[in-house]
Amino acid sequence: MNASLSTEQLSFPALWQHPHLLDLERLSAAEILAILRTADQLKTMTDGCRRKVSLLAGKTCANLFFENSTRTRNSFSLAAKRLGADTVEFSSSGSSVAKGETFVDTAKTIEAMGVDWVVTRHSTPGTPHLLARELDCCVLNAGDGPHEHPTQGLLDMLTILQHRIGSDWRNESADPETIFSGMTVALVGDIAHSRTARSNLWGLRKLGAHVIICGPPTLVSPRWEELGFEVAHRLDEIVHRCDVLNLLRIQFERQKARPFPSVYEYAALYAMNGQRLRLAKDDILIMAPGPINRGVEITPEVADGPHSVILEQVTNGIAVRMASLWLLANAKDNAASSETHA
Amino acid sequence: MNHSTWVIDGGRVIDPANSVDRVARLVLHDGKVHSLDTSDGDLPPDAQRLDASGKIVAPGLVDLATELREPGSEEDETIQTGSDAALAGGYTTVLCCSSTKPLMDSAASVQLVRQIAQEVDGVRVLPIACLSKGRQAEQMAELGILARAGAAGFSDSPRPMSNDALLKRALDYCRMFDLPIFDRPEVPELAEGGVMHDGQIGLILGLKGLPTEAEDLAVARDVRLAEATKGRLHVGPVSTMGAIDMIGRVKSRGIQISASVCPHNLFASDELLRSYDSRYKVHPPMRSPSHVEALQKAVADGVIDAIESGHMPRAHEKKANDLDLAPFGASALETTLSAVATDLIEAGILDWRRAIECLSVAPARIAGVSGGSLTIGENADVTVIDPNASWNVDPREFRSRCRSSPMAGRTLSARVTHTLVDGRLKFQLQPECSAT
Repeated sequence: MNASLSTEQLSFPALWQHPHLLDLERLSAAEILAILRTADQLKTMTDGCRRKVSLLAGKTCANLFFENSTRTRNSFSLAAKRLGADTVEFSSSGSSVAKGETFVDTAKTIEAMGVDWVVTRHSTPGTPHLLARELDCCVLNAGDGPHEHPTQGLLDMLTILQHRIGSDWRNESADPETIFSGMTVALVGDIAHSRTARSNLWGLRKLGAHVIICGPPTLVSPRWEELGFEVAHRLDEIVHRCDVLNLLRIQFERQKARPFPSVYEYAALYAMNGQRLRLAKDDILIMAPGPINRGVEITPEVADGPHSVILEQVTNGIAVRMASLWLLANAKDNAASSETHA
Repeated sequence: MNHSTWVIDGGRVIDPANSVDRVARLVLHDGKVHSLDTSDGDLPPDAQRLDASGKIVAPGLVDLATELREPGSEEDETIQTGSDAALAGGYTTVLCCSSTKPLMDSAASVQLVRQIAQEVDGVRVLPIACLSKGRQAEQMAELGILARAGAAGFSDSPRPMSNDALLKRALDYCRMFDLPIFDRPEVPELAEGGVMHDGQIGLILGLKGLPTEAEDLAVARDVRLAEATKGRLHVGPVSTMGAIDMIGRVKSRGIQISASVCPHNLFASDELLRSYDSRYKVHPPMRSPSHVEALQKAVADGVIDAIESGHMPRAHEKKANDLDLAPFGASALETTLSAVATDLIEAGILDWRRAIECLSVAPARIAGVSGGSLTIGENADVTVIDPNASWNVDPREFRSRCRSSPMAGRTLSARVTHTLVDGRLKFQLQPECSAT
């Protein structure tokens, strides 16, 4: 990494043409890698004493969160501010949504105040796609129900790249589809209700990783096998093969019927603890998108242990969100400029 | 003959009930089918004439399940707008289910719908009253009184009948009125919270699924109870291979049960939900291509008797929402015949005769109502279709108050040009609308 990187050296990847970031399923490996490279560069630029650059000065980012959030909302806000943009914060509680306004009308109202990006989180899958059809500004999906959480998937991949892959991936000549070749990543837990899982599994596979989806059959559909993923129901039997374990939270708030007998039983079968860690490779990487439930998906000794990169994931989140905002805004400006000159 | 005489000349008359399929002159008089091939000399000079050259002349279409949403939800549809839409779609009779509050579980509520329909004076509206009191699936509604008030059948639709014992009792009880019971087959506990077909696409999109077993189990229960009681049970709309399999098996054993399907289950798969567009949130849900193929075959070979429109109109402000909040439903009366022509007839799966059986003859037979044939002396309910028309579906032009349609933007072939109810012209397609 070049520590003296300046904003002038940040090059816009020509292949990036999307004004919205809605999911990873429909992005190519090259596009995913383009975001990750940009994020890596922006992280370098804003490291150390110079935390703020003015790449997006004069623009405004609206955070429209219809669901609770701590890290994602703050991460997007910080990302926008570090690039010089202003932010507008919106919560559905105490807003016109509570008075019966539809979320589309609310989003249109916020857009009419002059914003360049809408970052949205909603409990229903597809809501960012709906906004992308209805709004003129850039739309970023910050989590739509159990569908996708693309920036979480990207920050997870950036963390794996920084820890487990040499520096070749930063070169333009690297083949995006083989970056993760030979690597096995397991997503463990509540796959049925996890947007993080759905972004991770597409992104990881596109970059060449072998992905195992692990959890009880009530949370891991056998249909994932039909889509080419390895499905496992016993963590003890796969942990020795994994280079990365991403431990997903049990989404109690999205479950109408309890898919396992008790939290105690779930922890007994799936919590990553010291005993299971001894079955793993010496250099295994332990990840969790958070918020973590200590003692349920992961025990404190593992969460705070040397294999854990959970807090680094949070740091990388800001870089990925900076990259996303910058790429989307440039793509939009480029498209507008082409139309003007056409 | 007097002014109420219509001479429909030169059309291909398809009347499956009487095995007629030939170019003929159809004469209607005093609201009844009068004759075929009457010579010029026998026609009154003031008879009204309709040149049907190049067109199909069929018995008026009959819809087994239309939601008209009045009284109670007039923002979605009224009997007037629903009637206009039905006539534009070629329907002369619609069975209207109780999908709003106040429910049709009293004589007064049934009579109110009939009275409004009479004032509208459009399509013939036959109320399907509630099967259970308050649609609570606990106690039978007063079926005899409802029948006397004019109910044409009973159903808790759009809710499925979840009480097995009540359904069995009602099938037994209803035999004395000779009225059908309609069940929308679904096990509610298995379907709870579902938005779309429970398959690979839903898994990828993170949308909660409506599993096929929710329908299969309900159909299995329904056919067994129909067999046990010998009651008149209609199951529909169905959408799964499992349902078709069970219905086919009991029919081959001679059990009297009938089944229907919606057009959206015959042309489209769950792949369309990838757009997250609520106009594709319909019930039963669009299923995977293998189910679509099996349903098409089941319509062709007679395992499925009828095609119902699945007209579930919902106001724009309700549909313009995220998929969890947007209600199931779509406007379908105006597109059903053309969708059948495009996706089944043009594709070589059905011929016109079988299509008319599914849209007119069979629904009339299932409901036990007049219509479905051009038998001399029967009500003069006639639909004239231009089989060579081609039109783009633009929901802004719908007569229905609901503009949400899974057919929006499609180019469909065949279009209804005239609809006559009781020998009176109730709909005529404006010439500028007839082609694109």
